[in-house]
Amino acid sequence: MAAGATAREQSGPLILERIAEARRRARFLYRGQFAATWLVLVGGLGLFLWASGQINPEFIAKWGPFILDGARTTILVCVVSITFATMLAILGAMGRLSRHPVINGAASLYVSLVRGTPLLVQIYFAYLALAEVGIVLPVLVAGIGALAFNYGAYMTEIFRAGIQAVPSGQREAAEALGMAQGLITRRIVMPQAIRIVIPAIGNDFVAMIKDSSLVSVIAVQELLWRAQSAGRRNIAILEALLIAALIYWLLTIIFSFFQERLERRMARGDR
Amino acid sequence: MALGEVVVSATGIEKYFGENHVLRGVDLEVRERETVMLIGRSGSGKTTMLRCLNFLEEPTVGSVEIDGVRVEADPLHQRSRAHQEQIRQIRLRAGMLFQDFNLFPHMTVLQNCIEAPTRVKGLPKGQAVELAESFLGKVGLLEKRDEYPARLSGGQKQRVAIARALTMQPKVLMFDEPTSALDPELVGEVLQVMETLAHEGSTMIVVTHEMSFAHEAADRVVFMEGGVIVEEGPPEQVLVEPNQEATRQFLRRFLGRGAASVPGGTGETAMPILSTGGRGQGTAA
Ligand SMILES: Nc1ncnc2c1ncn2[C@@H]1O[C@H](COP(=O)(O)OP(=O)(O)OP(=O)(O)O)[C@@H](O)[C@H]1O
Ligand SMILES: [Mg+2]
Repeated sequence: MAAGATAREQSGPLILERIAEARRRARFLYRGQFAATWLVLVGGLGLFLWASGQINPEFIAKWGPFILDGARTTILVCVVSITFATMLAILGAMGRLSRHPVINGAASLYVSLVRGTPLLVQIYFAYLALAEVGIVLPVLVAGIGALAFNYGAYMTEIFRAGIQAVPSGQREAAEALGMAQGLITRRIVMPQAIRIVIPAIGNDFVAMIKDSSLVSVIAVQELLWRAQSAGRRNIAILEALLIAALIYWLLTIIFSFFQERLERRMARGDR
Repeated sequence: MALGEVVVSATGIEKYFGENHVLRGVDLEVRERETVMLIGRSGSGKTTMLRCLNFLEEPTVGSVEIDGVRVEADPLHQRSRAHQEQIRQIRLRAGMLFQDFNLFPHMTVLQNCIEAPTRVKGLPKGQAVELAESFLGKVGLLEKRDEYPARLSGGQKQRVAIARALTMQPKVLMFDEPTSALDPELVGEVLQVMETLAHEGSTMIVVTHEMSFAHEAADRVVFMEGGVIVEEGPPEQVLVEPNQEATRQFLRRFLGRGAASVPGGTGETAMPILSTGGRGQGTAA
């Protein structure tokens, strides 16, 4: 018994160290191969395009910055849209959870209508169809409005799930303290629900970066619109679209990175 | 300690959950400074009764009056504004403690305590903080005032919940098995706080399975079975020499092995499970 314990004490740290070392090496190898795969595939694609002779470097040098500038509009559109979408979603979720038939009916109609029609149709609607009935919106407003309206409906369901995920004991404890329903929602339930859904909002933000390209159809001068107009003017559609795609990709990688970090931090949480 | 006026008066409380007739006409009066302990087997309706007192559960029939505010049952769920407001008035007068504490996880200990006093009672913040700190001191957790609940042990959480309830300065405190979610070694600290409150003359209604605690701290023990009160009286009577066969049976089964007496009774040595802070065998039920 005593001898066994001593033996374990002696070999224990050594073995653990060797296992840890082996693990480290395996992880390092894995990462290296992973990165090499990306490098080879992306580099190969780039070389192939280059060799095809269809890439005009002058265009890229001259119009690249112009297209890149569209990323600012893209980000602006997304940040404003996700903000309004979040507000709509909070209202929508409260409506969907309301026992009042009119409020519940209105919120349900909103979700059903938006989820049942294409985003592209909604964008045209906000700009062209509303103009027919005398509501003429600037393109930026129409684009942001359509995106916020659309994402608000999807996020309504996220928020609804988030609110329902707050333990019922929280509401009861607040009720037992004499807090009124509105106060409970605002001070107790919502703050906890928002924590629960923040990772999902981050997800939607990344998705919106890509969906925002659709507002180019009403001439919001964001990434895709700039790429198309520069590409058409110079008969360099391939280059223009490549640049746009690359920028979208980089944007989503950057925001996914932050989103994942946020998610991990929330998961650790203070609960 | 001399008891005062009647603070809580529930009359003819009945409760149906669907077809299930859970409370079948319960009358309960609690006087100022009185500590009433509600005991009975699992499913006898103790929790439901307690929750009916502050309308977390709407009684189907009956009325509740706390500190002069009277609310009738609202069987048709008409939920009139006046009715809702009366319920809120009742809740301001009755603090409630839950099995699983229900502290607000996104607020610090202090914020938990002052949230309702400032936002519901309109107490100035400084005054609320002062009150909260004095009660946190009383439960021995003043140094935790800026911690989040996640950083506290179960016993500490329940003590904070007690301080939170006290900061509302209620007329009566209602506890639903406040120690049953706690690890055994943490039960004592919560019971101790409750015992202090009882000795200082707080009015309390406590649902509990801690029989020795009931024996020591209760002014009156109420035994429920099948949704009615079967027997009530001072702990020496109900817990030691019950009049009703049902009570005797409950105690026998609860204390195990046919032991029919309780500390303070004769068989001290026969009652190891009744040491203060320990948990009765029946708690798991
Ligand atoms: N929300 C509810 N919906 C339906 N039935 C319920 C509900 N709450 C309680 N009941 C039923 O009411 C009866 C009494 O339950 P209650 O929780 O009041 O018992 P209890 O005496 O507190 O038991 P325990 O000692 O296990 O806590 C049980 O049969 C239970 O199933
Ligand atoms: Mg219970």
